[in-house]
Amino acid sequence: MPRRHRDEVKSKKLVFIYMVCILCASVAKFVEDRSMSEIVVDNETGPPIFGVIAEFDTTDAVVAAARRSYEEGYRRMDAYSPFPIEELTEALGIKHTRLPLLIFAGGAAGLLGGFFMQYYMTALDYQHNIGGRPLNSWPAFIPVTFETTILLASITAVFGMIMLNGLPQPYHPVFNVPRFELASRDRFFLVIEADDPKFDRDRTTSFLQTLNAREVSDVEA
Amino acid sequence: MATHIANSYTPPAELARVQRLGFLIGIALLVVSVIAALLVPIPGLRRQFFHSYLLAYVFWIGIALGSLALLMVQHLAGGAWGVVIRRVLESSTRTLPLMGILFLPILFGMHDLYHWSDSEAVRETEMLRLKSAYLNIPFFIIRTVIYFAIWGTLVYFLNKWSAEQDETADIRFAKRMQTLSGPGLVLFALTVTFAAVDWVMSLDPEWYSTIFGILFMGGWGLSALSFTIAVAVLLANREPLRGVLLARHFHDLGKLLLAFVMLWAYFNLSQFLIIWWANLPEEVPWYLRRVTGGWQVIGVSLMIFHFALPFLLLLRRDLKRNPRLLSIVAVLVIVMRFIDSLWLIVPELYKNPQRPYEGHFGLSLFDLIVPLGVGALWLAWFAWQLSKRPLLPINDPLLDKALHGGGGH
Repeated sequence: MPRRHRDEVKSKKLVFIYMVCILCASVAKFVEDRSMSEIVVDNETGPPIFGVIAEFDTTDAVVAAARRSYEEGYRRMDAYSPFPIEELTEALGIKHTRLPLLIFAGGAAGLLGGFFMQYYMTALDYQHNIGGRPLNSWPAFIPVTFETTILLASITAVFGMIMLNGLPQPYHPVFNVPRFELASRDRFFLVIEADDPKFDRDRTTSFLQTLNAREVSDVEA
Repeated sequence: MATHIANSYTPPAELARVQRLGFLIGIALLVVSVIAALLVPIPGLRRQFFHSYLLAYVFWIGIALGSLALLMVQHLAGGAWGVVIRRVLESSTRTLPLMGILFLPILFGMHDLYHWSDSEAVRETEMLRLKSAYLNIPFFIIRTVIYFAIWGTLVYFLNKWSAEQDETADIRFAKRMQTLSGPGLVLFALTVTFAAVDWVMSLDPEWYSTIFGILFMGGWGLSALSFTIAVAVLLANREPLRGVLLARHFHDLGKLLLAFVMLWAYFNLSQFLIIWWANLPEEVPWYLRRVTGGWQVIGVSLMIFHFALPFLLLLRRDLKRNPRLLSIVAVLVIVMRFIDSLWLIVPELYKNPQRPYEGHFGLSLFDLIVPLGVGALWLAWFAWQLSKRPLLPINDPLLDKALHGGGGH
């Protein structure tokens, strides 16, 4: 290999590594910005807080509390539970997510991609007479088309879910609450976040206290 | 909750009307078509009548037997989805005595339906002679009696124990029904496979497909599920089930319907793909008769309306949670189940024995009237059975979970 050519390859490699570094750095910056943006400094009442958290003993209590808070006008809130609760999503006012649409698009891409991959291979690129069957033997393409549809739909489901949930998230203020580790055991939590337009540190706290909460406390940012 | 339903239970008033009306319409339609078949001097009308009758029979017994299968699956696997529809399923299975009586006309029409029952043809055709150890009239009747004996035993005990569970609240009956359902499903799979071969596949005694029985199991399960969903939606708007059957129950049933729609397509593709790919002269004419001469329109409509459209619609979460929309899809599936049965049976009637690889399209008024007549009788019997017991199995151990949630699947 001539020396000049080798250098060229080397420099291309360097450019590639450099670009990967930039990409990583911008992803890290993006993640950091996202978690920073959720902090609201409330100058009048002290250190910045993320929101107010209420702890509940039962699923019914947390669902009722979420429903009441929604009726009260709160929108920026989230609930935490050791297991999925079907009614909770609805109670929090989460009506539509884009995930089903994404999954459908992924499935459709898998369907078209899978079918036309086979069509291209057998009917256009590498034409062969196989037992006298037509080049575009579409019934034979269906099993593979089905598999690619499922494959892309499920990959989109997993990674779309991770993406739309804002994961991976190395830092979340809610872990500053000491009792929050019970959210993976037997307690249910409702957080009303400070960037909710209706949020007011004192009024929100006393509102949550009226909802049969076991304990209400601030979440430090 | 349980005692509340038991004490205040009166069957919905509409059931009595369905029973009376269905009986009258059914008898009227069947009498008219029998008279027409016997008296109108058009050649081949008798054969046409029996083919239409077989179509009607296969379609309606599919709902009864599919319900038996779903019932056993539910007893075996548990799950709240089946508790709320169990009485509907049980009532469907109790139509089996009616279907036993309605089988008799097929015995009278055997020579019109089944080429292999003609002793002249058996003598002349070597292939029929070789198959005559299985395909002969006495053995055909014996086999059908065995199927009904097995199905009848399963239906009898599952319904008897379910009624005793209502009365005694004894948990032992749930266990017993579960124990019976395991071997019951195995027997069911075997008997349905043989019944499908005897009743439908042997219309063309030369043709064979080993997946044919499974096609019927999936198809009949789908018929039963969509019928049950439609009935459940009607019941959900009336006392005593108003406010008891909720969106999440229909959501579960809708998911199951989606799975069955896909299963049907999967089985059918499995059969089609292998026969199409092998392209063997003893197998492929059966499909050629169904994709040429006009039948291809029915075939494509099956792909679209039996699979693609319900599949796409049932993907939507809000549709599955909306009983009215879900029942529209269920009715579409029931109609397509009928078209599918028609596509399996009727092309055999118009077969030209000299040119069996050609399809000839043809339909008769009988194809509509006879299924409607049998269906009206069946629905009358079903409504009668449904009004006999409370609409929920009031002492089932799973009922509380089914009604009050808690992620019961």
